[in-house]
Amino acid sequence: MANPAITPELIAKHGLSPEEYEKALSILGREPSFEELGVFSVMWSEHCSYKNSRPELRKFPTTGPSVLVKAGEENAGVIDIGDGWAVAFKIESHNHPSAVEPFQGAATGVGGIIRDIFTMGARPVFLMDSLRFGSIEGNSEQAKTNRRLFAGVVAGIAHYGNCIGLPTVAGEVYFDESYSGNPLVNAFCLGILRHEQIARGAAEGVGNPVFYVGAETGRDGLAGAAFASRELTEESKADRPAVQVGDPFREKLLLEACLELLATDAVAGIQDMGAAGLTCSTCETASRGGTGVEIDIQLVPQRAKGQTPYEVLLSESQERMLVIVKKGQEDVVKRIFEKWDLPYAEIGKVTDDGKMRVRNGKDVVVDIPARSLADDGPLYHREAAPFTQPSALDFSTVPQADPADVLPKLLAHPSIASKRWVWRQYDHMVRTGTAVLPGSDAAVFIVREANKILAAATDCNAIYCKLDPSVGARIAVAECARNLACSGAVPLGVTDNLNFGNPHKPENFYQLRAAVEGISEGCRAFGVPVTGGNVSLYNESPAGAIDPTPTISMVGRIDDASHITTQTFKEAGDQVYLLGETGNELGGSHYLLAIHSRKEGAPPAMDFDKEKAIHIALLGVIRKGLVRSAHDCSEGGLAVAIAESTFGTGLGALIDLGATNDRPDVVLFNETQGRIVLSTKASDAPALEKELATTGIPFRKIGEVTAKADLSIKTGSNAYSWKGADLEHTFESAIPSLMEG
Amino acid sequence: MRVAVIQFPGSNCDTDCQAALLSFPGAQAGIVWHKETSLAGYDAVVLPGGFSYGDYLRCGSIARFSPIMGAVRGAADAGVLVIGICNGFQILCEAGLLPGTLMRNNGLLFRCENLHLRVENANSPFTSILHKGQVLEIPIAHGEGSYFADPETLKKLNANNQILLRYCDAKGNVSPEANPNGSLENIAGICSHGRNVFGLMPHPERVCDPLLGGTDGRGIFQSMIEWTASHQARK
Repeated sequence: MANPAITPELIAKHGLSPEEYEKALSILGREPSFEELGVFSVMWSEHCSYKNSRPELRKFPTTGPSVLVKAGEENAGVIDIGDGWAVAFKIESHNHPSAVEPFQGAATGVGGIIRDIFTMGARPVFLMDSLRFGSIEGNSEQAKTNRRLFAGVVAGIAHYGNCIGLPTVAGEVYFDESYSGNPLVNAFCLGILRHEQIARGAAEGVGNPVFYVGAETGRDGLAGAAFASRELTEESKADRPAVQVGDPFREKLLLEACLELLATDAVAGIQDMGAAGLTCSTCETASRGGTGVEIDIQLVPQRAKGQTPYEVLLSESQERMLVIVKKGQEDVVKRIFEKWDLPYAEIGKVTDDGKMRVRNGKDVVVDIPARSLADDGPLYHREAAPFTQPSALDFSTVPQADPADVLPKLLAHPSIASKRWVWRQYDHMVRTGTAVLPGSDAAVFIVREANKILAAATDCNAIYCKLDPSVGARIAVAECARNLACSGAVPLGVTDNLNFGNPHKPENFYQLRAAVEGISEGCRAFGVPVTGGNVSLYNESPAGAIDPTPTISMVGRIDDASHITTQTFKEAGDQVYLLGETGNELGGSHYLLAIHSRKEGAPPAMDFDKEKAIHIALLGVIRKGLVRSAHDCSEGGLAVAIAESTFGTGLGALIDLGATNDRPDVVLFNETQGRIVLSTKASDAPALEKELATTGIPFRKIGEVTAKADLSIKTGSNAYSWKGADLEHTFESAIPSLMEG
Repeated sequence: MRVAVIQFPGSNCDTDCQAALLSFPGAQAGIVWHKETSLAGYDAVVLPGGFSYGDYLRCGSIARFSPIMGAVRGAADAGVLVIGICNGFQILCEAGLLPGTLMRNNGLLFRCENLHLRVENANSPFTSILHKGQVLEIPIAHGEGSYFADPETLKKLNANNQILLRYCDAKGNVSPEANPNGSLENIAGICSHGRNVFGLMPHPERVCDPLLGGTDGRGIFQSMIEWTASHQARK
């Protein structure tokens, strides 16, 4: 089949602007071939080049004494955790594919992030997911679609993660109208490795053979990176061929074979084929190595007959890797990949001319300077719209709802309700390291081979980000750190997933910029580097852009098993304390959203100094063995946090929040940051109070854990009580009854 | 006790089983690749959980043709202890080493959670240190764990006391509510007529460490170790 002529229409169809095409012409000094046009198109998409976001991403703090591989250097950052061990971790989005084909979109999102981790030479040990969908309540067509997307995404994650044998140990799921038609699926993977095992994605050593290993190339996922860099429209369903199809069994074999191969001395460089497949992996390895790479399409293992060079180059078939092998050690690859019954082929070699050259037999179809393609792509400084600070909420416009009714309603709100329906579908225990089950503030995982205890959490309240992107992003970082502190961990590093709308629209670009700055401030405040992440722009459906969602995932370390702390109360008679002060604010709260259908006001204030002091104080008393449970106050405020602390325990709580003139709905349900509900043994209470007093943080006793499973809360002259079993049933049954009817 | 943990392509609880076994003073455990053909020198065999061959075609239906399965059958015939956990149970059924089959969960969804199991028979190499009626808390993690057998087989299983574990509630009641997957008679684990081959859907290797939420899985491995020791002493 003859290639089409290069016309302005064809160029536009490839998503290249006239200026970008001019740039391609000047790099080549001639008109590109059809294949080269495809290569420029995917390599210069936002997904691969970060052309709209790179100037902003440079603001992240990325260095620190523990950073072994920096953000952007390789497929994932690597952080030292002591004793010669390190962790590699990263979060990545698969939003667009999941909108069109939820099961495969989510499954391959998980597969992709796992490959990023073992490409670094790390053995993947656990997964997390951050998911967002439109409302699943009601009988509208949209709600039905959202339920289908939610069920499909969860099933896809379960399919891939369960089969490959990695536990999904934590995550978050939010439901909000802004995600109708454009769900978010952000998948996180963490792996463990020895310092000396860090593998590089560079094509080192001129003359070294280039191997293709893993699944055969097919026509799936054609130009998926370019698809991901467009807004979703009514016609996007026709882009289904741009969605990849995952095979977790193949990836399990590939994972084991690659780790076995990396344990030998045969590998000079390794790179997974993710977005932009063979194109991106050859060009990036050459660019990183300061070399060239020449491959022959005809040598690539192929699933279908009659694929054109264009299709093979742009396919995003899954479960494939590119390996640069040290010359003379080709037999090592052969031995290992034959053991695991996986396809492999020598498809080319490392050259000294700096070119990415692709042949189709004798014909050269692509001949582009690799560095220009990978690193000299277009870069845009987009315009940010001026931002008006949200005005504080006028409480007189918010009628006081009866807290007795509000608490069950909040506990039944799908964003707050139990996510057991989700995580029961994930194998969250395989690899036998899960010390704290999903549903607590942070996952705690014991890495047996390294004798280390890790904690991880992922957070973002997009309502706050919508109202004030900078404050929202600051809170996302602080909440992650708070969740880690509640589990007994100190933070080590952050990976972020920036989900935003079309950056050409100045209000969207402002959100991106403000969020990056907010994250940066947060990371500096908590002394943690950003080790990498992912940018997903163009998250728009015909109804408009999503609420800005800069998802933060934070990884921490717990020094001793005795410090592992969970959120639930332990024994009747234990004393309950509140760390932090409750402000008189209500903006951006779920109470306002779920009860009054309003998404407005200023989000809660974030004071990093106060926040950090509370984390340090909490860790201090945890390490002294004075804490039996710790739970942070987030969506739904103090009342929800206390209720959650009783769930699954058969215990109740008797709480008195003391004298106040503030409205009870504000006291119980506002979302003032930096607050932690903790419990201690009655006999430890004096020691706890003494310790906390020395830290200077605000704290007070608010009640005690009771054997009777009821919850009573007094604030000022108002008193409320609920049957514990009713609250727990409401919390647990909300999502199953929506999904299973 | 020298234990061979078989690694099929797609096994993913192999190293978990190995680590759990190594936490017993009396056990050695090695990983054996499925393309091997001998199990000489081993006192016990573990077919671990996972997704052998991706669960393609039918769970366990391809793994039963792996080269090692000849040696597994030989070991079973010779009275060596063989335990199949989750996917291992499915493989044992597909291989005909245990009767019946495992079907899709009746709720159609994969389920991973801690559940209670009642020991139905303590007179086996896998339950000998437990007692009849004892309630264990051990997690499941499967999408296809609904045990099914024809009425004749089921009758024999009951008559020969081959049903070792049933799903129950915290108090030990074997009730429909405690059945997570639609298994006939709440069956969670069965052994062969000769008592030396055991298949179960729950994962005892996941509850062998108090830091991981429990130690109720230890009784099964400890039973195997003690049975093997006394059996060898008799020889």
